[in-house]
Amino acid sequence: MNFTQTKYYYPYISPFDPCKPIRVKSYSTPPNLYLGFQPPHSPQFKTAREALFHGTLWPSLASTYPPKGERE
Amino acid sequence: MWYYEKKLQYPVKVSTCNPTLAKYLIEQYGGADGELSAALRYLNQRYTIPNKVVGLLNDIGTEEFAHLEMIATMIYKLTKDAKPEELVEAGLGAHFVNHDHALFYQNAAGNSWTANYIQAKGDPIADIYEDIAAEEKARATYQWIIDVSDDPMLNDSLKFLREREIVHSQRFREAAEILKEERDRKKVF
Repeated sequence: MNFTQTKYYYPYISPFDPCKPIRVKSYSTPPNLYLGFQPPHSPQFKTAREALFHGTLWPSLASTYPPKGERE
Repeated sequence: MWYYEKKLQYPVKVSTCNPTLAKYLIEQYGGADGELSAALRYLNQRYTIPNKVVGLLNDIGTEEFAHLEMIATMIYKLTKDAKPEELVEAGLGAHFVNHDHALFYQNAAGNSWTANYIQAKGDPIADIYEDIAAEEKARATYQWIIDVSDDPMLNDSLKFLREREIVHSQRFREAAEILKEERDRKKVF
């Protein structure tokens, strides 16, 4: 399944906003929102060490934060 | 009954003495969506949930205590050698007066932990949906702490904890599917 782990939206910017506007806002949409029942025999990380660093056995559930680009 | 393994679930390393960060981390220690709330919520709901998901609540509730001691270790390391003046500067003056260097179950704003943070409605759907929401809130809290933290070694452990919230949410979502499954229906695989 194809999905992105970050979604973006463009809030309204008033000409009278006091702070420097953040034009693009983002929020996390991690894999658990899309997976449904995890399929049996999902591929696992090659080594236990890699799995520990990711915090999960399965690449299909792995999620990074902050996302690759800037957060906002 | 529990067996105790004398090690952390994931290593905790702290690169700088930074009591301000400890003040924020307290949110995940004794805050509404913190690890203490999570552990007590799940382990308490175990008794009145259908058999099929009792084990899940047991396992996740137990893991939350492992997370709790990771957070405790972080807070302890960030503050243990801080002088009273440094704690005052970090906004922890009131904490020092109240508790010295001891940890306490309170949130980042200094409110003591309360059982009002958690619920046990006895309705399996209501309880599991609360658990899913709790995991997403904890995930978000970790994100905001990572956003204000500039300690890469500590952030590595926080990213691990954030990922565990995602995995727990996934399992609770699967539990919700199990609870609403029609009985006696033929399954086609």
